[in-house]
Amino acid sequence: MNFHAVKAIYRYEMARMFRTVVQSIVAPVLSTSLYFVIFGAAIGSRITEIDGVSYGSFIVPGLIMLSIMTESISNSSFAIYFPKFTGTIYEVLSAPVSYGEVVLGYVGAATSKSLIIGMIILTTASFFVDIEIAHPLVMITFLLLTCVSFCLFGFILGVWATGWEKLTIVPILVIMPLTFLGGTFYSISMLPPVWQTISLFNPVVYLISGFRWSFYENADVSVGLSLGITVGFLIFCLLIVRWIFKTGYRLRS
Amino acid sequence: MISIKGLTKTYAGGFHALRSVDLEIRRGEIFALLGPNGAGKTTLINVVCGIANATSGDIVVDGYDIDADYRQTRSKIGLVPQEMASESFETVWNTCRFSRGLFGKPANAKHIEKVLKSLSLWDKKDTISMELSGGMKRRVLIAKALSHEPDILFLDEPTAGVDVELRQDMWNVVAGLSKEGVTVILTTHYIEEAEQLADRVGVINHGEIILVERKEKLMRDLGKKQLVLHLQEPLTEVPAQLANYHLELSDDGRGLTYSYDTKQNSTGITALLGELRSADIHFNDLETSQSSLEDIFVDLVHTDR
Repeated sequence: MNFHAVKAIYRYEMARMFRTVVQSIVAPVLSTSLYFVIFGAAIGSRITEIDGVSYGSFIVPGLIMLSIMTESISNSSFAIYFPKFTGTIYEVLSAPVSYGEVVLGYVGAATSKSLIIGMIILTTASFFVDIEIAHPLVMITFLLLTCVSFCLFGFILGVWATGWEKLTIVPILVIMPLTFLGGTFYSISMLPPVWQTISLFNPVVYLISGFRWSFYENADVSVGLSLGITVGFLIFCLLIVRWIFKTGYRLRS
Repeated sequence: MISIKGLTKTYAGGFHALRSVDLEIRRGEIFALLGPNGAGKTTLINVVCGIANATSGDIVVDGYDIDADYRQTRSKIGLVPQEMASESFETVWNTCRFSRGLFGKPANAKHIEKVLKSLSLWDKKDTISMELSGGMKRRVLIAKALSHEPDILFLDEPTAGVDVELRQDMWNVVAGLSKEGVTVILTTHYIEEAEQLADRVGVINHGEIILVERKEKLMRDLGKKQLVLHLQEPLTEVPAQLANYHLELSDDGRGLTYSYDTKQNSTGITALLGELRSADIHFNDLETSQSSLEDIFVDLVHTDR
């Protein structure tokens, strides 16, 4: 294994995060705090408890998921798209590195950033609402799996994108609606039966449900199914990344 | 050092960039690959370096296949690309350190310092790339390639867009690398560069290697020498008795140019001078010149069309 290469890519990407600390960390923390102020304090005070949990506390897992999904996709897609855009990708392609090492470097760094952001948001949330984590290990597992799989998805997006518009179109038109409709701010059980059934086709529902269960032991779907869907999505992304490097899709001419 | 056999590259759109290229690069030599735009120079380099996939053919680098043993081959190769690709927001030092790590080498601050100093980049080590001039960015690309101590260095148009002084600096660096045993393959538009640096020259056109030859032999075999006579009195036309010499008369009628081949037993100069005397044509000065590699290159590519 080319350990030095993985370290070089990882270190390079992490340096980018600290160079753009306002954009990388302050911005998502600020936007999440605003959600807590608006939905938790202002509107949330007028909403009754959901499954025995105050509304402000209820939305914490969903908001963490919303942030880490968005940041994971944004970080890893930019990480691979920018070298393609500037032409510096030539160096990675001509280096003695396997595709696994390239992915480990880029996705590893993006995952680290997302985990850091997730933890900062959790800490920030604790200043606004009471939080209890019933199953910390399950919480960490869901957090890690979601970060890795969405970073892989972002990596795929960055390879696929041939322009800045394409880079942003999927997060805005696909991921954002799925996340908002995936139970970030409500329980699926609050919806009419038809919409409950439709919601079950949204994979984000399973991620948020499983993650929320680790906090309050409340879930819209079974935890096992949530975990299965999350791992399934991870494997799906891994297979696509493998195919990209095998074929050189949009990387090698 | 590099053995290329039957290399073909056809792009998705059907364009044949390389057509059954056979090429052997010797260890430690400076090899100049010349060719007009679109001839296939960059594609050839990209395939050897792993940036582009070959359609067919075999490439072996220092005994290793570039696909099966890509770690061994790529770790030996440094590439300076034609495009000015720079990590705009990174410092020169960090970008070189990144390159070294990427190619599997442990950190070595002294080596990077040596490379930066050799390219007059040491005082710019903490400057971010986007603040550098075009010439400096070009130097950074070379520094990045040298950071991981390659045995083989590909320089794709290394001095495009740099000033004369910088070009000379780069030539010195390349000559120094060659002395250290690094095999250098360079493509260039500046034929003067190949003339100055190369041990051997290859000419590629329409994706095919037209010839590969030692530079001196190429210039000796394909080069022409010319004798230019400055006449005392202008002529309106070349006298009929001198027709066998295929002389060229300048527009003002005062210059007669005779092209001859030094490889022939007789250059014909003595006979020509005798004929001029008998034709009562006198001259007050004469000079000889030899065609440059550029002239030879233009002739070759033109003939290949």
